[in-house]
This record gives sequence, structure tokens and C-alpha cells, in this order.
Amino acid sequence: MTTTPGPASDHDTPDESIDSNVFGRRQQRAFVARTLVLTGEEIQRAVRRMGHEILERNASLDDVVVIGLERGGVPIARAIAAALDQIEPTAGGVPVGSVDASFHRDDLGSQPGSIIPAVTQLPFAVDDRHVVLCDDVLFTGRTVRAALDAVTDFGRPRSIQLAVLVDRGHRELPIRPDYVGKNLPTARNESVRVSLDGVEIGELT
Amino acid sequence: MTDLLTIDQLGPDGIREVMACADAMAEVCSRPVPKVPALKGRTVASMFFEDSTRTRTSFETAARRLSADVLNFSASSSSVNKGESLRDTVETIEAMGVDAIVVRHRSSGAPQQIARWADAAVINAGDGWHAHPTQSLLDVYTIRAEGRSFEGLRIGIVGDISHSRVARSNIAAYLALGAEVTVVAPPTLLPPHVEALGASVSHDLDAVLAETDVLYLLRMQRERMDQALVPSLGEYHRAFGLTLDRAKSLSGSALIMHPGPMNRGVEISPEVIDDPRVRVLNQVTNGVIVRMAVLYLVLASTASDGVAS
Repeated sequence: MTTTPGPASDHDTPDESIDSNVFGRRQQRAFVARTLVLTGEEIQRAVRRMGHEILERNASLDDVVVIGLERGGVPIARAIAAALDQIEPTAGGVPVGSVDASFHRDDLGSQPGSIIPAVTQLPFAVDDRHVVLCDDVLFTGRTVRAALDAVTDFGRPRSIQLAVLVDRGHRELPIRPDYVGKNLPTARNESVRVSLDGVEIGELT
Repeated sequence: MTDLLTIDQLGPDGIREVMACADAMAEVCSRPVPKVPALKGRTVASMFFEDSTRTRTSFETAARRLSADVLNFSASSSSVNKGESLRDTVETIEAMGVDAIVVRHRSSGAPQQIARWADAAVINAGDGWHAHPTQSLLDVYTIRAEGRSFEGLRIGIVGDISHSRVARSNIAAYLALGAEVTVVAPPTLLPPHVEALGASVSHDLDAVLAETDVLYLLRMQRERMDQALVPSLGEYHRAFGLTLDRAKSLSGSALIMHPGPMNRGVEISPEVIDDPRVRVLNQVTNGVIVRMAVLYLVLASTASDGVAS
């Protein structure tokens, strides 16, 4: 009888993207864009600049790993890692992982979007490394608080640094970013939408 | 959705949502410390009015890995024996402050009834001959973890279909995902109107083996032997048991599954139990993973239902 445990398996199979809503999710409101605040090109430039700042601060990339926060932070993490690899190529490149902070939040089930957590993928040890935690938008700081717990569950990094593409203010916790793509003053009721093609500010209707 | 009572209630989309969540739980279980604080401060009551060590242990392990508190109620040591009604028992447990109730009951429909009374989320851990949704979800997860696609997958379910909630829930789950299901049993162990289940019917295991991708063996319930549904357990084994010879005619890539506990020499020969195609222990491991997903989804969706939209 085989005793291999069920594998973490095929979570990267493409046909598994979940957009159904049997278990419910917070009501999805439509985003109406008002202003384009960063173009795709400007995002690329900001990401490159953040890459240089990360290298400057850490002196070497040998012990640097990049971790994206599910879901919006993952493409940012990949872009930052790609920038780092371009600035200073290392053997195998800078390790990139992703973390879903859902299990460490203090507001179970009430964050917007799907309640189905993403699979955390950290195929490397974080002990004694410099972790650059990446997210798209820094707002209240609560997701980052949860993510710090999620990452430290895996070990004891030498440092955790925070890189965000947009800092929109309104912090509710003593958390500050180390690398910022753009500081974007917003009203609390405004919404920010981020993709690598652009950052827009608008409202949820 | 705040209760999990049947597979039908989930449909293919709901099953896929549980599978996606279970992938995240599998990652948690693969960590050196397989525990996250997702359900910290929630209380899960397991109310088992019928004996079941493995399902109860599986649910309680799942709850603990999500940091929920577990309140264990078993009927044998409880006031049910003193004549308390089901409703009074449920309301008493709920008054202690529980967020979810995992129910196993010998009567079909008991969890549905409890769900009507209770504000807490109710999860059916098996009711009578009716349904056992988390067993089916862990079986689906086990097959999916092998990289098998359900579209057109040929699944044979062998044994006492008539008295099996596992068979009913598994047929519903497999059909919902597009598999072809054949039930294999002597006529005495098939329910009336078996065709209403939507599966093909066969009385000849040897005839279907070669055309089977997943062979699912049901436990022969010894306690039913006094009903003379089969001449003897030995006779059942000769006609419907997975013997060494039958295992040979099963494809090399087939999977052999069983919900446990296995009766060696009845559903399956002792010499087949160590066959590399057997996935029984994977099913047990995946049971914890899938029940973590169900507890998480039910409690997270209960919480989000309370959020003003």
C-alpha cells in the first residue's frame, strides 16, 4: 500500500481558475476609473528604481528573496525580481515566492473578493535571508500585518522589507514601506486599481 | 452557503471551490508546523450520534490545524441516553457558543433538521443511508491529486449500494464532474429505482474490471448480514471481492479506493491491500485536508454573509 501523502498537486493547472460563487464572497462592486495615475511604462520605471534601491540597501542579492502577497502583489514581486535579475544577474536569479495571508487575518471572510485562499508557494527557506515582501497597494496595513505572521511561520528571516507599487495612506497599524513606487494621496472612499498596464484611481459603485 | 449537507447543494462549481481551497490546505499540511490561526477563536462541535472514530478524528484534526477549539459530544456518553430530544441536545450544545456543528446521525435527514434549528453552520458527517458529502469530496480530491480528469473517467462502485450514503454522495459528485459511473452489486444490494441515481448498473464485476479507471470498493456492513442479502461473506468475496486475479485484469494505471474501515477477505483480499494502485491511506490524509477546506469555507462564508454589502 502506498503511503505517499496526497500531493499539494496540481494547483497550477490552468483550468482551475475559480470564478464561481457557491460559498459566497463579499459583494463585488464595479470599479469606475476616474484618473490614470501611472502608465505601464511609468510602472516599469518605478519597478526598476525600486530594484536599484533594494540592491543599494542590501549590498548584495545573495541572500535576498522576493515574496509577493496574493493576489495583487504576485505580479509586482515577479516584476521586481525580473528587474533585480537585470540589474545584477545571479546564478539562478532571485528566488520568487508567494504568500496568501488569509489564514492570518483578523477578519475571516470579510476581505473583498473570493474567500478561496490561494496556495502559498515558498520553495525556498526564509531563514537568515532578506525577504522583500511585495504588494500592489498599501492601505490600512492589515494585510501586511497578516503577511508578516504568515512569512515568519516559515522561519526567521534576517530582515523583512516591504515594497509596494502604490502607497495610498490611511494606515491603521504602525507599518511603513521600505520601497514605494508612487505615493498616492487618496480619499478613504476612493478605490485604486492596479495592473502592470497601469494604476487607476476611481470609485466602486 | 453556511451549511454543507449534500453534494447536490454544491454542484460542480461548489466542488471545484472546495478543491481549490483544499490545495491551499494541502500546502499548510506540508509545512513543518502544519497549523495556521485561520479559525482562532471559533468553536467546532462534533456531535456524533453514531460511532465513527475515523471521521470524527479527521474533522477534529482539521479543526485543530486551523486553530479552532473543538467540543466533542458523543451520544453514547450523553443525555441522549437519558431521553433528551435531538432538538434539546442541539440547542444545549449551541448555547455553549459554537460556530459550527459537525453531525453524524443514523437517521437520514437529521443534519437537515438540525440546520433548521441551529444558527451555527452545520456540516453533515454522514446521515443514515442518505449522504456523506465530505467523504465524496476527499475521494474527488484523491482522484484529482493523481492528475486524473473527471470528464469521461470510468468509475466503478462495488458493494452494498442500497445501504450506502457513501455510494449516493459519490455517485452525485462523480456525475456532477462528468465521470461515467457504474454500480456493481448483486440485485439484493441495489436500491429500488437504482436507475434514478444516474449510474449504469452491473451484476458482474469481472465484466467491468477491464473498462474501469477507478475501482471504488464499499465496506460490506457485517451488521447487515442477518438480513440474508448475501449468502455469506465468503460468497460475497468470491463474486464481488477484489481478489488477486481480479486485480490482474484491472488496468495498471487504475486506482483502487475504499472509504474504510476495510474488511480484509471480504471487499478486498489481504494480498491486494499492498498493491501500488491502492490509495486508501491517501484518502485518509486527504480527508483532513478536505475537511479543513470545508470548515474554512463554511465559517468564512458565514462571516462574510454578516458583512454589510
